[in-house]
Amino acid sequence: MADITRCSVGDWVEVERVLLEPADRSTNLPEETAAQPLRMWVKGFARSAASLGDEVTVETMTGRSVTGMLTDVNPGYMHTFGRPTPELTHVGRDLRDRVAAYRAKAGE
Amino acid sequence: MAGKTEAIMARKGEIMKRALGMDYSQFERSPVAFDYEGMMSAHGYSIDDIVAIQRAGGVGRTPLLELRNLTDLVRSYSEPGHGARIFVKDEAANMAGSFKDRRASVSIHVAKEKGYAGVIAATSGNYGAAVSSQAARAALNCIIVQEAFDSRHVGQPEIIEKSRICEAFGAEVIQLTVGPELFSHMLELLDETGYLAASLYSAFGVSGIETLGYELAEEMTAVTGAPPTHVVVTHAGGGNTTGTARGLKRAGAKTEIVSASVDLSGLHMASDSDFNRKSFTTGHTGFGVPFATWPDRADVPRNAARALRYMDRYLTVSQGEVFYVTEAMAKLEGLERGPSGNTAMAAAMSLARDLPVDATVVVQETEYTGAGKHHWAQLNFARENGVEVRAGDPTENVPGKSIIIPERPEQIRAKEMDLARMRKSYVRNALSHAPEGYAPTSDDVAFLAEDTNSNPATVEEIIAALKEA
Repeated sequence: MADITRCSVGDWVEVERVLLEPADRSTNLPEETAAQPLRMWVKGFARSAASLGDEVTVETMTGRSVTGMLTDVNPGYMHTFGRPTPELTHVGRDLRDRVAAYRAKAGE
Repeated sequence: MAGKTEAIMARKGEIMKRALGMDYSQFERSPVAFDYEGMMSAHGYSIDDIVAIQRAGGVGRTPLLELRNLTDLVRSYSEPGHGARIFVKDEAANMAGSFKDRRASVSIHVAKEKGYAGVIAATSGNYGAAVSSQAARAALNCIIVQEAFDSRHVGQPEIIEKSRICEAFGAEVIQLTVGPELFSHMLELLDETGYLAASLYSAFGVSGIETLGYELAEEMTAVTGAPPTHVVVTHAGGGNTTGTARGLKRAGAKTEIVSASVDLSGLHMASDSDFNRKSFTTGHTGFGVPFATWPDRADVPRNAARALRYMDRYLTVSQGEVFYVTEAMAKLEGLERGPSGNTAMAAAMSLARDLPVDATVVVQETEYTGAGKHHWAQLNFARENGVEVRAGDPTENVPGKSIIIPERPEQIRAKEMDLARMRKSYVRNALSHAPEGYAPTSDDVAFLAEDTNSNPATVEEIIAALKEA
């Protein structure tokens, strides 16, 4: 939740680390990829209190220690189904009609 | 950092040897050939052993469903006497929602038997959910490494859902931005933790899929009196095609194996800007073609998934066709499933139309759906990322630029890939990985013939043509 800006010890949080700066990345990458750092996010239990943007160490689910920048506290998932796709809403009605028409004709 | 990456890559052989739970060097026969069947049976498990492992893990015995409404729909526009019976193996009924449970089960069993404290897998797909779920049941630690975001920290809803489900099963999920360096980070994690590398491409994983082909041959025999005439397999890295075909062979079936992928030609898989312009994270040609034509690009020394060995045909469909079929499956058959698994379903509708009514086509998997993985979520996300979504003729689709939803089912027409060309490409790749000037022996030619589902004369012709070029 974006409105939580601080974590306490033991809170479930997310941290971010840069694994590779652009200059250190693989050769043979497309330009737009090579220009960006390779970044990583992982969740865990905070080992200390911190504010968003601070460096903090977390203990992950496997018990590893990972140090990075605090990016979220009690991170959630906001993905959805969203609205129906208008180009698909008629499909069910149309196809049911077609199957019914085929069967009516086949049964003649 | 570059030094750090080089240092870890230099230790790749040593780290992987410990992490894979198997010494691959024993199977090498030459710079080209290796003992594939020896590698596949080295774990010592029979198909009955694997079935037993999977039963204990809550995996397999998924329903085989005949799709009578879909079949009649196809018949309504087929030539008289045409329109094969269509069936589906509802693999979404596995615990973590896909056939990948089968693939994960054997690796997890081996990890437990050999005393590893945990497992690591690099995957943004259903395999991560499967490994996480099986690891939870076996009380093993689990790390899933995912390519999840572009540089704006924007992730496809499908991958975000995959992060969620892995974390729901108690896995540590490492989410990365786009780039192949994911592999060197996985090596660091393997080195740090001493866990088993539960590779998608290990013999353990692919052997686990054999039960799917085996089961469906038996189930179809019970329902129709014979194994299916055709099985359509969604194809990406090759494990699904390989394992299913091997299982069908074990059951004595002479089924035609039809692989199918979503056409994503023109999109670069390592591109930060293309990353969110594709609406399929797997089952597409971006994996399907390179892995079929050079399987040993995988994270194991020799890939157990060798699709070209087994595929009789390779069909492609467009993203819009698959989304249309996903909607049709829900409305006509009461099966609301994920789009990626429906790739083979779209190809099957096209295939069934051209087959006689007494032919039987089995689509051998479905995958779970839900927030993020749903076709509406995928299409909304495509629109938000500048991809045009419209109704029309699916042949006008341009991967990364437009998704064309068919207006009528007749417009669903799979395209045939040229397998002869892919075989040639495979042979070229295999020879290019041997030392310069290496002359292939007759054993190499025999191996290449097997690995390309062709014959020594064809391989010799390809080699001669490559020399001339």
